[in-house]
Amino acid sequence: MSIDTERAQQEKVEPPPGPVSLVRAELPRWAPYGILVASLVVVGVLLAVTGGFSIGLFVFLSAVLFGLATYLVSRVVEGARKATDRLVTIVVTVAFLIALIPLISVVITVVTNGLARFDAAFFTQSMRGVGGANDLAGGGYHAIMGTLIITALAAVMSIPVGVLTAVYLVEYGSKSRLARAVTFFVDVMTGIPSIVAGLFSFALFALFFGPSIRLGFAGSVALSVLMIPVVVRSTEEMLKIVPNELREAAYALGTPKWRTILKVVIPTSIAGIASGITLAIARVIGETAPLLIAVGITTGLNLNPFANRMATLPVFAYYSYAAPGVPREPFIDRAWTSALVLIIIVLVLNLVARLVARVFAPKTR
Amino acid sequence: MGKAIDAKNLNIYYSSFLAVEGVNMTIRPKTVTALIGPSGCGKSTFLRSINRMHEVIPGARVEGRLELDGKDLYGPGVDPVGVRRQIGMVFQRPNPFPTMSIYDNVIAGQRLNNKKMKKDATDDLVEQSLRGANLWNEVKDRLDKPGSSMSGGQQQRLCIARAIAVQPDVLLMDEPCSALDPISTLAIEDLINELKMDYTIVIVTHNMQQAARVSDFTGFFNIEGTGKPGHLVEMDETKTIFSQPKEKATEDYVSGRFG
Repeated sequence: MSIDTERAQQEKVEPPPGPVSLVRAELPRWAPYGILVASLVVVGVLLAVTGGFSIGLFVFLSAVLFGLATYLVSRVVEGARKATDRLVTIVVTVAFLIALIPLISVVITVVTNGLARFDAAFFTQSMRGVGGANDLAGGGYHAIMGTLIITALAAVMSIPVGVLTAVYLVEYGSKSRLARAVTFFVDVMTGIPSIVAGLFSFALFALFFGPSIRLGFAGSVALSVLMIPVVVRSTEEMLKIVPNELREAAYALGTPKWRTILKVVIPTSIAGIASGITLAIARVIGETAPLLIAVGITTGLNLNPFANRMATLPVFAYYSYAAPGVPREPFIDRAWTSALVLIIIVLVLNLVARLVARVFAPKTR
Repeated sequence: MGKAIDAKNLNIYYSSFLAVEGVNMTIRPKTVTALIGPSGCGKSTFLRSINRMHEVIPGARVEGRLELDGKDLYGPGVDPVGVRRQIGMVFQRPNPFPTMSIYDNVIAGQRLNNKKMKKDATDDLVEQSLRGANLWNEVKDRLDKPGSSMSGGQQQRLCIARAIAVQPDVLLMDEPCSALDPISTLAIEDLINELKMDYTIVIVTHNMQQAARVSDFTGFFNIEGTGKPGHLVEMDETKTIFSQPKEKATEDYVSGRFG
């Protein structure tokens, strides 16, 4: 029961002489911070007295106390609606902070561990001939090149197939049986575990070249199996939000359908399509399992994806950690640096996606 | 330029649903014909069937004949794309292409159809079309700005410029002023009066004063009830429709009484 309704009920019985006041009590601006500090102090003192102090418990109890105290104080002073508002604000903020914890933790761990070998040698040397007690150099050049080549090939295969599928679904298929079937299978493909994609690709190539085949291109095929549904989905959504009025405007000028799609629909949505594609690339570039099966690992540089094994960053990181040489430390360091480089590549791709979206977006002034 | 349109016993369907029934109408060249009637009575559907734009909706089809200067628009082998090049259209909401500048919007019809034009000829066409749409003086200094940077009324006139740049014979307008303020509306109405020197214009409007102001002929569409097909009640010179219509329904509608 809010103060508002209570007042209204009183008014029914006995109407006030003047107009109803629009002003209501409000907590001062510093109140939330004051309550927060107070709850931290109270919980800290309580835990110190009982002797069971731990950082996790401290944060948890403080958050709970802060939420409750704010709700009660606000309810007494400001009324139920404001109190609920403040409580929900706190809950949402806490949820956001919790979601942030793993992200920040991962970034900090990878950066601190990866910086040790984040040097020129890592970007210029492969692992060929690296070994022995004194040989601390060696790097991931071959793995970086492998990742870039295999992902680029996967993108070259996936983007046309994915974008054209989306164009079919939105512009031509509409509600036909084929379009519904394609949509269904795209949804299914989105859920395929990445290792299944790797096994599919390996089995496909093993059929022709025997079971000992390991090939960069096989990895690209596996990655595009994972990438195509993502490209289809994001492109489809972008094409759907192009207003029908623009298509009609083009038709009314006597433009054939295919030209309308090519010159009006796609240019209007190109920003979204391009950033969707970039995010799809970022999604598959860190895949480990399919590359482990289909591409394998090697110590030297191999720039030809159509012959022999290639190294890739995720697999390189995995092997450096799972099967290190002696001494262990240089291998572990290189694994962390590979992870760091991978994160940086994904970060750059995300930035590129934003840039692309901004450059291609329709101008408004 | 400026051709006649003849509808003979035209039925328009969406799949199996009969939307408009039995329209017989003659639209004379270089006149303005207004189509009025309550919402859902099929006047927009009929308008869109004239340049085969209603076929954008799957399952839409017509029975009967629709002729442009005696040539059947729905005859075998007639390409809807070709029809639309001769019969332009302006829509209810201004819809300039957001990726194109004002300049490119005007010549969108040429650009989209990959017509090669000399730079001079293109410049001339842009100026001539924008002048035709009474927009030249307002935008001549910012032709490279995007079309969406203009006011709603200017955007609508840009769409008219775009439609007349392909030099059609007929211009269809589907409530072109319903999203505009009175001043922009006046600008468009003045423009319609000038355009009828060269073009046959068919305009759908909910504003009866507008129909009375701009049109030479008026057709009144009505509908018996929900789910029934719309039909043309009567068509005559605008002043006849608004002063002494033959049908009671028309009189009730134009005088603001219903039922």
